[in-house]
Amino acid sequence: MEIEGILSFLASFAVMASIYAIFSLGLNVHWGYTGLLNYGIAGFFAIGAYTSALITTPKPTGVLADYVDQAIGLNQPFLVGVLGAAIASGLLAIPIGLLTLRLRESYLAICTVGLAECIRLFFQNEVWLANGPEGLVGLPQPLHELVPPKYYHYLYLGIVLVFLALIYFALERGIRSPWGRVLRAIREDEVMASADGKDVFLFKLQSLVLGAVIMGIGGALYAHYSAAIQPGIFTGLFGTFIIWAMLTLGGTGNNKGAILGAFLVWALWSWSTYIVGKVVPAGFETRAPFVRFILIGLVLVIVLLRRPRGIIGEEKYVSKF
Amino acid sequence: MAILRVEGVVSGYGAMEVLHGLSLEVEEGHIVSLIGPNGAGKTTLLRTIFGVLKPWKGKVYFKGKDISGFPPERLVRMGMAYIPQEYNIFPSLTVQENLEMGAFVREDDWRPRLEEVYELFPDLSGRRNSRAGELSGGMRQMLAIGRALMLNPELLLLDEPSTGLAPFLVDAILERIKDLNSQGVTIFMVEQNAYKALQVSDRAYVLEGGEKRAEGSAREMLEDKEIGRLYLGR
Amino acid sequence: MPELIVYGLVLGSIIALGTIGFTLSTKIADFCNYSHGDLMTVGAYIALLVSGTLLSGSGFLQGRIGPFSFGWGLLLSFLPAILVTAGLAILIDRLVYRPLRRLGAPSIHFDMVSLGIAFALRGVIYVIWGADYHFYFSGVRPMIYLPWGIKLRTDEIFIMAVAWALVALTYVFLGRTKVGKALRATADNPDLARVAGISTERMLTWCWGIVGALCAVSGILYGIETQLRPEMGWIFLLPLFAALVLGSIGSITGALVGGLVLGIAQQVSTAWMKPTYKPAVAFLVMILTLIFRPEGIFGRRR
Repeated sequence: MEIEGILSFLASFAVMASIYAIFSLGLNVHWGYTGLLNYGIAGFFAIGAYTSALITTPKPTGVLADYVDQAIGLNQPFLVGVLGAAIASGLLAIPIGLLTLRLRESYLAICTVGLAECIRLFFQNEVWLANGPEGLVGLPQPLHELVPPKYYHYLYLGIVLVFLALIYFALERGIRSPWGRVLRAIREDEVMASADGKDVFLFKLQSLVLGAVIMGIGGALYAHYSAAIQPGIFTGLFGTFIIWAMLTLGGTGNNKGAILGAFLVWALWSWSTYIVGKVVPAGFETRAPFVRFILIGLVLVIVLLRRPRGIIGEEKYVSKF
Repeated sequence: MAILRVEGVVSGYGAMEVLHGLSLEVEEGHIVSLIGPNGAGKTTLLRTIFGVLKPWKGKVYFKGKDISGFPPERLVRMGMAYIPQEYNIFPSLTVQENLEMGAFVREDDWRPRLEEVYELFPDLSGRRNSRAGELSGGMRQMLAIGRALMLNPELLLLDEPSTGLAPFLVDAILERIKDLNSQGVTIFMVEQNAYKALQVSDRAYVLEGGEKRAEGSAREMLEDKEIGRLYLGR
Repeated sequence: MPELIVYGLVLGSIIALGTIGFTLSTKIADFCNYSHGDLMTVGAYIALLVSGTLLSGSGFLQGRIGPFSFGWGLLLSFLPAILVTAGLAILIDRLVYRPLRRLGAPSIHFDMVSLGIAFALRGVIYVIWGADYHFYFSGVRPMIYLPWGIKLRTDEIFIMAVAWALVALTYVFLGRTKVGKALRATADNPDLARVAGISTERMLTWCWGIVGALCAVSGILYGIETQLRPEMGWIFLLPLFAALVLGSIGSITGALVGGLVLGIAQQVSTAWMKPTYKPAVAFLVMILTLIFRPEGIFGRRR
């Protein structure tokens, strides 16, 4: 492969890794900062992706309307889509939080699983809304008119990195603020924090919404990169579990760890198929991608057994106050 | 012969040291009480002896053998039994099943022993098939003791047997403990109700802040004005 | 409607069997085992391996038994599936959960690890058998006709018989045997069980063995009822959770009742909802339980 091919491959790798890094940061807000078990990341992922898709595409007319069912099409610019995705995802977090935050954390986990599944089912079955199992295609790619298609990876990488940087720095500031301090206190000892007069529930809800907003943005960014989405994408493995593996490996409670973990696990994910594909006997090629299930599963098990803090481990935050 | 000997035991939870080098012994056939204020480490000592906690330093000897850090599974087979202060029954099992669980490690026929325990606690006999969680406080305590007795222990470790019981029940329980002792069971008892405990005991130790403050025969302690003032509220 | 309730009982019996194992492991091992569904999948596929591949030579074993769709091959494959799945569950406990216990890891880590194991197991199934559907048998499935116009497949009578037999066996085991009572005691008060000399590790081995066995059977029954695919167990998790919560964690009777209710609720819902929404119905039952009676039917408010 010539240099250009390699660079292009690396660029597309970096785009996906960065998008996943955003999800990982969102999970870090939920789990790393606040101790909320969110096993339904795929749900926020899907809502973000679909909301942005529906906002940024026009309603199908003419011949296209025969093939594509779509209830909403606002045909707005990319940034409006991302904003909508963030808001929708954040709004979704509110009823979820109201329902489950007062329960034991393992119940939150199960409920988020169920919720993500329901969202996926909803988009799959309600064909009138977003074209059901076939999904939506032709999602607009921002600024694509600026560069030839083969260089688009680099442009989008720039866009994603801007979002990643903004989110990262916002979170780093946030965790050192008084709000962040309360969050950390809650994670350490909820009883004491509430004795302090802080409304623990409200803080947890805010954290849930914040993380959801970040995940919604990630969903939108994904949608516009791949330019097509179907309900089948937002599965437990691709939409939830891989992100848990990323955060756990990189370092729960640490934003740098979240990003590092995302890149490492995405590397494992995308290169394992390639390597296994070379090694595997003929006739088994269709099954090679499933080796990823095993690998990602093992990553999580091994990290938790050997080094549960992850590679970087939790940062000791020193507040300015 | 000292059936139980504790030598220089240091123990605690996590990073917190609770016992700072404790030594004491219990003569075979005696009733020995451990009294002292809350938080002194009395429960910690019992749990360290029984293997629920491992001693950080020091040793524990039972019948002359070094049993430091032995897990409960081994100690019950050697003749020791422990009755915790709280959550000391299986609430969703019946009275009968609770006692059967007491005999779990026994390989021989425990049914005669079961009848003996029912004779010792006749109230339990009438409620064999009741769920243990529905029993009153006094009955629960009797069941807790009965469960431990199924093993025919030589040494019984009791953590505050009078917890949550009305005074007349406390007297009843202590009477039973005396009966047990007269049958040959050595008793090592932590008790909040220090005065009543001393009245049935042979010897006593005072534990405070993880250290031994006083020891002696129970009668000496009862007559000692200083001890009476500090620990017996007299 | 009566038809749907009967179908619900069939499905519910399978769910109940799975939930009984699930409630046992949740109470005794003290964490939520996300790989429970995938253990069911393993059991189902082992049976497929034995009956479909290993025994496929002998014609006698492939012929149908009486009025049922399956042959002796499938019946014989129950035992290997049970042994392998039980052995696998115990092996996972030794290799993964026991080290975690030694480390004193919090309960949440066990949850997370079991999620990893779930995906690893599923990956193995995918790699060996691929993503296509598989069936234990082919051809027409014989029906019998009951009053009120209810049509039932003969296989479903078998499913219910097996499921209920195992439920009864579980009751007898837990209620009458020494090990069974010790398991209940450990579930009830693990610290006291240890104090009484009951070895927690041995109880956990028994627990996982039983869970594995129950998973294998419920997996095979589910495979007979529908079909085999690698996601079959994972999909089962939502109804299992819902039944667990509804029936109260730790209650065997609750698991039974919860399973039946979930089965019936899911089937009855198809009267006015698309069948693909059945998992959503399970989720709804769970949410309602958590809102109105979080301790479940048989639970006690702590």
